[in-house]
Amino acid sequence: MTTLEAAERRAKRTVKETPAEKRDLRLSRALLWPALVVSLVLTQIPFLVTIYYSLQSWNLLRPADQEFVWFANYVTVFTGGDFIPSLISTVVITGTSVVLSVLFGLGIALLLDRKFHGQALARTLLITPFLVMPAAAALIWKWSILDANVGVLNWALGLVGIPEISWNTDLPLVTIIMVLTWQYTPFMMLIILAGLQSQSGEVLEAASVDGAGPIRTFVSMTLPHLRQYIEIAALLGSIMLLQVFDPIAIMTRGTGGTKTLSYLLYERAFVGLEVGEAAAYGVVTVIVTIIVASVALRTLFQIFATDGDK
Amino acid sequence: MTAQTETRPSVPATETRAPAARKRRRSMAHRGRGAVLTLVTWIIVVLFFFPVAWMVFTAFKTEAAAATNPPVFITALSFDNFVGVFNRDIGPYLVNSIIASVASTLIVLLLAVPAAYALSIRPIKKVQDALFFFISTRFMPVAAGIIPIYLVLKSIGALDNITALSLLYVGINLPIAVWMMRSFFSEVPIEIVEASQIDGANFRVELTRVVLPIVAPGIAAVALICFIFAWNEYFLANLLTASAARTTPPFLGSFVDGRGQFLAILSAASTVAVLPVVAAGWIAQKQLVRGLAMGAIK
Repeated sequence: MTTLEAAERRAKRTVKETPAEKRDLRLSRALLWPALVVSLVLTQIPFLVTIYYSLQSWNLLRPADQEFVWFANYVTVFTGGDFIPSLISTVVITGTSVVLSVLFGLGIALLLDRKFHGQALARTLLITPFLVMPAAAALIWKWSILDANVGVLNWALGLVGIPEISWNTDLPLVTIIMVLTWQYTPFMMLIILAGLQSQSGEVLEAASVDGAGPIRTFVSMTLPHLRQYIEIAALLGSIMLLQVFDPIAIMTRGTGGTKTLSYLLYERAFVGLEVGEAAAYGVVTVIVTIIVASVALRTLFQIFATDGDK
Repeated sequence: MTAQTETRPSVPATETRAPAARKRRRSMAHRGRGAVLTLVTWIIVVLFFFPVAWMVFTAFKTEAAAATNPPVFITALSFDNFVGVFNRDIGPYLVNSIIASVASTLIVLLLAVPAAYALSIRPIKKVQDALFFFISTRFMPVAAGIIPIYLVLKSIGALDNITALSLLYVGINLPIAVWMMRSFFSEVPIEIVEASQIDGANFRVELTRVVLPIVAPGIAAVALICFIFAWNEYFLANLLTASAARTTPPFLGSFVDGRGQFLAILSAASTVAVLPVVAAGWIAQKQLVRGLAMGAIK
C-alpha cells in the first residue's frame, strides 16, 4: 500500500462527523497546534518583520533617524553594484557544487551498489564528510590541506609534477567549491543509493535475460528510474547550498567572488549595521530561494503522484 | 542494506559444452572487471576520507612535525595536543554545545511527534495545507528572520544566552522533523490503529502501546538528524553568542594563531569537536540513511 492511498483512506474516516469524530478532530488540532505556533513565532513572524524593516531607512549607529522610505532600500540593492556580483557568486557556487556533488554522488552510488569486500566500511567512511562539522572542515581544509606552504594537497600535486598553487589567495572560489562538493557528495550519494536499491531486481534480471548489456540496461532502465531521485537530491542540495555561510565566513571572508547573498546580508547587517538595506537583501534572498523551492516542491508532489499510480 | 542478492538463472542440464565454456570465460572476465571496480571504489573512498584521517593524524603530531613540507608520515605520536585543547578550556564550549543540541532535539521531538501523528494517523481537514506550511518553512533561509531575531534578543538582553540559542535551533529543526516523522508515521498500517480503537484503546494507549513502538526507529532517525544539525550549527552560534553561551563551532577558530604554529592543536580541537556526531552517525548509520531517504523522498 502506498502512502497516498493510506492517506486517502485515513482522510475518508473524517468525512462523516459523529460526535466521536468531532472529538477526534479536536484532538488532532490540539496535537498539531503547538508545533504550528512554535514554527510561526520562530520563523514566519520574524520574516514579516524583516519585510517591514526592509521598507525603513535605519542604521543602528543612528537609531533616532529611523523612517519609512517605501522601496528605497530595494533601489539601493538593485542599483548599488553589489547585488549582481553577489547573485552571480551565489549561483556559481551553488550550481557548480550541486552539479559536481550529484555527478560524484551518482558515480559512487553505482560503485557502492555492488557486492564487494568491505562494502559496509566503504559506505561508512564515505558518509563521514557529511557528518563532520562544517566549521571544523573549513578550518582543516584551509590551513592543513590547502595552505600554500605546508598544505598536503600541494605536496601531493608536486608528486605528479604540478607546481605549487596558492589556493587560499589565488583561487578562493575554487576552494569553496571543493569543500562544498566534498561535504555534499555523501548526501547526494545516499539519496541516489536509496533510489538504486528501490529498483526492482526482477526487471533488471528480465532485461539481462532479454540480452540487454549493462550499458544498455543502465541508460534505458536505471537512469530513468533514478531521475526523480537525482532531481530531488539536486533540488534539496540547491536549497541548502543557497544559504551556505560557514566555509565562506571561515575560509575566504567573501573575497575573490565568494560573497554570496547570505554573506552579503551578514556583512551589511552586522558589520555595516544597515538594518533596512540588509533586510531588503534578506527579502531578495528569500525570493531567490522560493523560486528554487517551488520547483523542488513541484517535483516532490510529482513523486507523491507517481507513487499513487503504482 | 546495500547487499543485493545476485540470483543468476541456473544453467539448464541439457546445455551443450561449448556455451558453458563461453559462459565460464565470460564470468572470469566479469570477475576481473569486478576487481577493477572494487579497486576504483576504494581509491575514491580513501580520497574522500583523507581530510578526516589527516586531521586525526595531525592531532597526534607535535606542532613542529605538523607543519612541514614535505609532510612527515612517520613521527612520534602523543595525546599532548588533546591535553592542550582542554587546557585552553574547550570544556565549557562543549557543554554549551551539548545543552543546545540535546535540549533542542528533545523539544523538537515533543512538538513534532504529536504533530506528525495528527497529520498522518488522525488527519484533520486541510492536511495538505499544514504539510505545505511545514515544508515551506523548511525552505526558509535563516537570512529571512535573523535581523529581527537579533534585535529582539538584544533588546531583551538575551544575546549570549544558551536558552535562546536552543529555542532558535528548535525553530530550524522542527519543520524537517515534522516532515520526516510524518513519512515514518504513514508507514504504520492503518488496520492496526483501527483494531486498537475497536478494542477500546483510548488515545494515550493507542499512541504509546501501538503507534510509538512501530515508529521508534523513525524517531531515532529524526532525533539523530536534529542533533547533527544543532551540534554543527555555526551561523547563529557565531552571531548570537559571545562567551558564556558560545558553542564549539565558533570557538574552533580561536585555535588559529597568526604568530606561531597551530596546525596540531587546531586538528586536535577539531577532532574533539567532530567526534560526537561522527561517532553517532557511524553507529546509527542505518537510521541516518533511512531518515535522509524518507525526509528527502516521501
